[in-house]
Amino acid sequence: MATLARLQARSLTVGNEYYFRNSVVDPFRNKENDAAVKIQSWFRGCQVRAYIRHLHRIVTIIQKWWRGFLGRKQYQLTVQVAYYTMMMNLYNAMAVRIQRRWRGYRVRKYLFNYYYLKEYLRVVSETNDAIRCRRKKIASHGNQRKALEEFAEMKEREEKKANLEREEKKRDYQARKMHYLLSTKQIPGIYNSPFRKEPDPWELQLQKAKPLTHQRPKVKQKYSTSLTDWLACTSARSFPRSEILPPINRKKCQGPFRDITEVLEQRYKPLEPTLRVAEPIDELKLAREDLRRKEWLRNVNDNMFLPFSSYHKNEKYIPSMHLSSKYSPISHKEQFRSEDPKKWICDKDFQTVLPSFELFSKYGKLYSKAGQIV
Amino acid sequence: MSLLRPLLLDVVPTIQQTAALALGRLANYNDDLAEAVVKGDILPQLVYSLAEQNRFYKKAAAFVLRAVGKHSPQLAQAIVDCGALDTLVICLEDFDPGVKEAAAWALGYIARHNAELSQAVVDAGAVPLLVLCIQEPEIALKRIAASALSDIAKHSPELAQTVVDAGAVAHLAQMILNPDAKLKHQVLSALSQVAKHSVDLAEMVVEAEIFPVVLTCLKDKDEYVKKNACTLIREIAKHTPELSQLVVNAGGAAAVIDCIGSCKGNTRLPGIMMLGYVAAHSENLAMAVIISKGVPQLSVCLSEEPEDHIKAAAAWALGQIGRHTPEHARAVAVTNTLPVLLSLYMSTESSEDLQVKSKKAIKNILQKCTYLPALEPFLYDAPPNILKHVVGQFSKVLPHDSKARRLFVTSGGLKKVQEIKAEPGSLLQDYINSINNCYPEEIVRYYSPGYSDTLLQRVDSYQPLIN
Repeated sequence: MATLARLQARSLTVGNEYYFRNSVVDPFRNKENDAAVKIQSWFRGCQVRAYIRHLHRIVTIIQKWWRGFLGRKQYQLTVQVAYYTMMMNLYNAMAVRIQRRWRGYRVRKYLFNYYYLKEYLRVVSETNDAIRCRRKKIASHGNQRKALEEFAEMKEREEKKANLEREEKKRDYQARKMHYLLSTKQIPGIYNSPFRKEPDPWELQLQKAKPLTHQRPKVKQKYSTSLTDWLACTSARSFPRSEILPPINRKKCQGPFRDITEVLEQRYKPLEPTLRVAEPIDELKLAREDLRRKEWLRNVNDNMFLPFSSYHKNEKYIPSMHLSSKYSPISHKEQFRSEDPKKWICDKDFQTVLPSFELFSKYGKLYSKAGQIV
Repeated sequence: MSLLRPLLLDVVPTIQQTAALALGRLANYNDDLAEAVVKGDILPQLVYSLAEQNRFYKKAAAFVLRAVGKHSPQLAQAIVDCGALDTLVICLEDFDPGVKEAAAWALGYIARHNAELSQAVVDAGAVPLLVLCIQEPEIALKRIAASALSDIAKHSPELAQTVVDAGAVAHLAQMILNPDAKLKHQVLSALSQVAKHSVDLAEMVVEAEIFPVVLTCLKDKDEYVKKNACTLIREIAKHTPELSQLVVNAGGAAAVIDCIGSCKGNTRLPGIMMLGYVAAHSENLAMAVIISKGVPQLSVCLSEEPEDHIKAAAAWALGQIGRHTPEHARAVAVTNTLPVLLSLYMSTESSEDLQVKSKKAIKNILQKCTYLPALEPFLYDAPPNILKHVVGQFSKVLPHDSKARRLFVTSGGLKKVQEIKAEPGSLLQDYINSINNCYPEEIVRYYSPGYSDTLLQRVDSYQPLIN
């Protein structure tokens, strides 16, 4: 009961105390609320920032790897292209080397022999000098028959000299082959018989000669210098070709061998280049220019020949609407190439190139008889 | 005429002979008199009595026939119609060389006119007898027989073949060595008439081993012998390259060039043509002509000779030499012939033939010429159609040769090229552009016309820097 009384007495102030206590706390409440909000927001901000940093790091790693991957791919392509370019340059250089050798060989062997021409011109000038000297002598002597005889004598002398030289060479070669027949200190050779007064001239020849070695180097055939050989060589680029014919009385080799004439024919078949090789690739353009040049040379009058029917016509030409309007038919040249010269890859004009086709290049030139009409 | 005719039938042989001689002299003098002789029916009389009389009469009668026959083809035809050929051929078999000479002379004059008359002479069987006449010792007879053969052979290949078949060529070739100038002249003429028709005939003449004997004839003192020897060599060389090569191999080129040097006027013409033919066949032969020192000689001919046709031949020959390769063109250009050719082409006094030939020669040499010092004068004087090609040649050579570029600038060529007006897009403009591309821009601008004016304009419009 006392407690109740106490509580009842206190209950009057409870309300006031309660109100008083709540209102005292009020200002602090806002302050504390704000503080709490601030702390919380700051902390959440730190959280989010930490999360974003984390994300950044991860993304950087991903991007780094991805870009590395792309770069490596690009690098491989670049390397491939560079390698390819290098190899193509090498192949081109090698092809140029082969072509250079082949062209030089072909021209020298089949088309034109420069040294031969030089030799011919030298011989011609020598003959000219001989004729001119002879003529000077004629002018001084005044007798032509004498001059003719002198000329004939000169020719004879030259021939005799050539013959003697040939004989000399033959004898020397013989002596070199028979070198072992030379006499030694103990045994006199067959040409140095003790019963003779003096040794045979062959003995002296043998003494002078050097013995032959086993490997005789192949002596190159020099061109014979007589002018009659040149008689057949009148086309611009011809030269004598010594065709080595097989000996006439040749015994057939024992065994299953082919006929020798067939073999030699096959072995020494002359060069038959295909159409593609025989003519240059811009042959059409060259032929056109050639024709134009020949016409210019041939024509007496350089102006274009106008037909007589238009001689009296003084009217100006009026083109048709189709041609004179802006919307003219497209010329094909413009279709294929842009009009701005700066965009052109190379500044030369297109070439008219007609590649040759190989349809008949091997006809009749193969060894097999497949497909031939019996 | 009517008075002389009965005298032919006179009893006394001397009167007959003298009458015939008189007739012959009359007919010799003039055309109309010869016609009168024919109209007066004297010929059959002569022919009839030719068969029987003595040698003096025969000589005189043959003289009459010759005198009548030489004037025109119609008169010669009249002689043939009255059957004189057979009797003349019979005279050719006579013992007396004088008679043979007169008969051969008459036959030669008849055959000279045209092919039908020659054929008639050949049909009468004259050729073998003429060949026999050639072998006779008398020089005059040889001369006349050679000239008769030459007149027969000159018309057609068949007639020449007939002469060759009779074996004339070997004998003619032997006679080249004879010291008599007139005989040589006739013999060479006969051989050249035979050789000119075809390759086979020329080869047959060559096989008679005339080379190198003919070359000694080229140094003879007599002008006609030289001319005919050159003609013979020309006729042989013109057919094929092989024959030209044969001539050159025997030293013919040098001999002919010396011969040209020693002659003047029309005697040079066959030699010049021979060089042209030889050079035309192939470039090796043209080179052989060049090394035999032919080009200076030809250019001397070109400048010295007064006659147009000889100049035309020299221009043609130079064109043939220079047209093959740049070396050949250079050899021709070095001797300074191109300005001479140009002046001949441009001058109004030259005949049309000369103009055409010099134009062609210039064109031929120009299209291969890379020797720039010779081309430079052309920049100044040439007409536009040739100028285009000259500039084209410059544009081909200049990009590759630095010394030539320098020389081109210092000699004023670049200046001249800038002054040339060309339509844009034409070939000439392309050439000029390619020449301009060889030089740095400043030099091209410096030499372009009106550059000093533009510089002065810049001076006028320049604001001086005021400090």
